[in-house]
Amino acid sequence: MNAPVLDVRGLAYAYPDGHQALFGVDLHVHRGERVALLGPNGAGKTTLVLHLNGILSADSGGHGAGAVSVSGLPVEKANLAEIRRRVGVVFQDPDDQLFMGTVRADVAFGPANLGIRGAELDRRVMHALDQVGMAEFVDRPPHHLSFGQRRRVAVATVLAMEPEILVLDEPSSNLDPASRRELADILRSLDVTLLMVTHDLPYALELCPRSVVLSGGAVVADGSTYDVLADEPLMRAHRLELPFGFDPRNVTPRP
Amino acid sequence: MHVPNGFLDAPTSMATGAAAVVCVGAALAGARRELDDRTAPMAGLVAAFVFATQMLNFPVAAGTSGHLLGGALAAVLVGPWTALLCMSVVFLVQSLLFADGGITALGTNIILMGVTTVVVGWLLFVLLRALLPKRPSLVPLEAGLAAMVSVPAAALVFVGLYAAGGTADLSLGELAVAMVGVHTLIGIGEAAITFLAVASIVAVRPDLVYGARPLLARRELEIRATATEATA
Amino acid sequence: MGAGHGHKLHYHGHSVVHRAPAHLKILVLLGFTVLVVATPGEWYAAFGAYLLVIAVVVGVSRVPATYLLKRSLIEVPFLAFALLLPFVAHGPRTDVLGLSVSESGLLAAWALLAKGTLGVLASLTLAATTEPHELLHGLERLRLPSQLVQIMAFMVRYLDVVTGEMQRMKVARESRGFSARDPRQWPVLARSAGALFIRSYERGERVHLAMLSRGYTGRMPRIEGRP
Repeated sequence: MNAPVLDVRGLAYAYPDGHQALFGVDLHVHRGERVALLGPNGAGKTTLVLHLNGILSADSGGHGAGAVSVSGLPVEKANLAEIRRRVGVVFQDPDDQLFMGTVRADVAFGPANLGIRGAELDRRVMHALDQVGMAEFVDRPPHHLSFGQRRRVAVATVLAMEPEILVLDEPSSNLDPASRRELADILRSLDVTLLMVTHDLPYALELCPRSVVLSGGAVVADGSTYDVLADEPLMRAHRLELPFGFDPRNVTPRP
Repeated sequence: MHVPNGFLDAPTSMATGAAAVVCVGAALAGARRELDDRTAPMAGLVAAFVFATQMLNFPVAAGTSGHLLGGALAAVLVGPWTALLCMSVVFLVQSLLFADGGITALGTNIILMGVTTVVVGWLLFVLLRALLPKRPSLVPLEAGLAAMVSVPAAALVFVGLYAAGGTADLSLGELAVAMVGVHTLIGIGEAAITFLAVASIVAVRPDLVYGARPLLARRELEIRATATEATA
Repeated sequence: MGAGHGHKLHYHGHSVVHRAPAHLKILVLLGFTVLVVATPGEWYAAFGAYLLVIAVVVGVSRVPATYLLKRSLIEVPFLAFALLLPFVAHGPRTDVLGLSVSESGLLAAWALLAKGTLGVLASLTLAATTEPHELLHGLERLRLPSQLVQIMAFMVRYLDVVTGEMQRMKVARESRGFSARDPRQWPVLARSAGALFIRSYERGERVHLAMLSRGYTGRMPRIEGRP
């Protein structure tokens, strides 16, 4: 078996103000997996995500230990450009991710930073938009789109970089039920390794066979999503609550 | 107090236009020293913020109202050169899209409300920072005082420009008294807004305030030392 | 969040005026305004002709006149100043409707009014027929330095977000019976401005992270193939 796409070993991190967010996290994600990262607010999920593409690291001003590598390439200053190509992070609020005048310019931003130009850039933009079903909106200003459409374009901005792993922060937040389902269909259709940070436990069960629970800056559970959600003492201990009336035991798994 | 088209005569407008081009050119060169990869989005936000608060009119005295100029605030937040770029962009957009301030008066407006408030505000801020005890908690106060003076200073420059190229002959003495009087009041509002805005940022993210950074370097090192001890 | 439907000043349309290249429109606006400002105040007929030109352009663009008029209220503070001029200016005086007014003040007031109004109408016509991002491309093509274009791009992008935030805060204030009428209310306005700033700053930081995550290195990439 080749190196895991994502290999996090003993990751610890304290912010410059002394607040420590991670206390030795171990996480391995293999090619083609879809993994949900669950955990209460303040568990260190965002801090972990920001380490995956080297935005936070021991050299970024804080105090850290441990190592992250992506397909065997360690996350360190010299490799940042390649790391950020390999790890695509989609942030929670699409308004943070879309800042150019048109959808085309926004989707082209990432690959253009990688030095891609001309016909290849156009191909990447259109392919990424096709994957999220937004190709017809290519010349529209992003702020004219609905929230769900903007979230999909935000996913496309990262897909255009052709990442090895897609990291999504709360992909289903603020979506209406139809947009939420459309996004699930899109994510399932993508041929890419997926790490999804979410509070939406039914969404995790629907999309991710495996779940990792982060609590208090450490991994407290790692197993099949079904087993994690069905483990009531674990769920209670880490402030994870299923929505009213939702019982994972009554959900028939997708074929 | 955006100056509209045709308010000042052509030679004065051209002179201020040329002066504005020189100042913005200097700022473009100077901003390279302040720029890191964080600056463009931050500068855009400061510009958007100044733009938005310039629409926030506050009541001064019977019937008149003033608005934030924001030059001193921008200078303290992103540094004087970048601040001047932000202010220039604000006036350019206001004149093109909102018809607030004439296009032919763009240079005049940049000199009046951009260059004057940024330069006066920043110099006074640096002076106060040097004189007062070197504590980040005093930065909002220094910024507020600098902002307070920057507004009547802009009003005085306005009177000066009007003396040079006004299209109606008013008594300059009366105009000066009226403008400086009203703008001293506006300056107090400007000071209050600047103080509170800077105070709320210094409280949460002092590292984001350009004017507070020299005072912070030392403090951050201390924190790092204790953090190392705690985790080692 | 910021789900604004375009620019409040932009009036969606597909007329010749809408489709004209933005940099051309900016140059025309600039030329027109300079011409208006350079015209001596006594050439009354010329101002009539200018107004006619604007009326024709507006007619072709199919932007409703009321739409522009409503937005030209921005001029009001200077109208007040113009109306005061005849009474406070010096020099020989004349009688209008039984009031003694200054002749030079009267002429200055007229010129200010005519030139100011024409300038405002012309700018608003540009704003109504040009999307902000087209305007940016126009300015870029007119060789505005890239640092300024960049700041402006972010500003236009975040203006909707910041003003939306401000509007919500205003509604929240006013639904609790607040109205800004005298200086005693400054502290409330100032605190609002502070809160507005923090929100904008935090967003700026998140945008920055999102940009870094897509390989941003401090320079905007040149993206060709835009329409």
